[in-house]
Amino acid sequence: MASRVTFNQDRCKGCSLCTVVCPKNIIFLDRTITNRRGYHPATVEDMAACIGCANCARMCPDSVITVERNIEEEKTT
Amino acid sequence: MAVVYQKSTGLTDVEMHYCPGCTHGVIHKLVADALVELDLLDNTVGVAPVGCSVFAYNYFNCDMHEAAHGRAPAVATGIKRVLPDNTVFTYQGDGDLAAIGTAEVIHAAMRGESITTIFVNNAIYGMTGGQMAPTTLVGQKATTAPLGRDQAHYGQPLHMAEMIGLIGGAAYSTRVTVVDMPNMMKARNAIKKAFQMQREKKGFTFVEVLSTCPTNWGLTPVQSLSWVKDTMMQEFPLGVFKDIDKKE
Repeated sequence: MASRVTFNQDRCKGCSLCTVVCPKNIIFLDRTITNRRGYHPATVEDMAACIGCANCARMCPDSVITVERNIEEEKTT
Repeated sequence: MAVVYQKSTGLTDVEMHYCPGCTHGVIHKLVADALVELDLLDNTVGVAPVGCSVFAYNYFNCDMHEAAHGRAPAVATGIKRVLPDNTVFTYQGDGDLAAIGTAEVIHAAMRGESITTIFVNNAIYGMTGGQMAPTTLVGQKATTAPLGRDQAHYGQPLHMAEMIGLIGGAAYSTRVTVVDMPNMMKARNAIKKAFQMQREKKGFTFVEVLSTCPTNWGLTPVQSLSWVKDTMMQEFPLGVFKDIDKKE
């Protein structure tokens, strides 16, 4: 896995701003979960498609997103 | 795995009270990131306004002060004169800065106070329930203008960045927005430049940021981003209205 996005789902307000800035369109609101604030939090299922651009994290008004990228793996492939 | 982006150390761990999708949070991050990148965080005093961002003192991880409505530039002036080596900024909305506090910001600029003002313009009074602000667009609906702002009765929106740009003591005045990634990067650079110019004691620095208010505009957060781009930016053009670095 080249990149990983993690959401602090308890703090997500489900505004979906992250979903529109994702160039791969892999972020969606998980309707099966309702967090303690009553929102459907953002999530990613197809993590393999993530390119680690961090657009979502920069756009998130509540800073709930952390983006990691496997730089070593990128160098070798 | 290397971390590409995580919550700025310039922000505290307190949960923000802003409505979902309000870009106040994004602007907070840009200010916090700029202070961290310039290594100013430990020697910075911020002044919070009255309005939606009144609790900004809980969110920024630097010393903060709360000012009476609109008086943040006056309070910041006092702080800066007592602590001239500290970086001092005000964070104000349009109801605070462009209405009740217009005199304070204009005179702070006139005196060339070495402070930075971050002006968040969302064209409406957010916290009090969506009343018409001096920055409300002609035709834009507000709770006190249910048929839209009538130019014959209420005039036209106030353009703060252009006004500040005309004042001698101002070193830098610009208008940016955070509604898409390229503009967010420009906003980030503008805020950083404003703090840098303050460090170099060049004068008053002013960054107007076009922001959203999904709750009071009656739009979704995503629609609000488009509204800024398609409608608000027609009235409030982005650009640099004064930059004394460019003149030299």
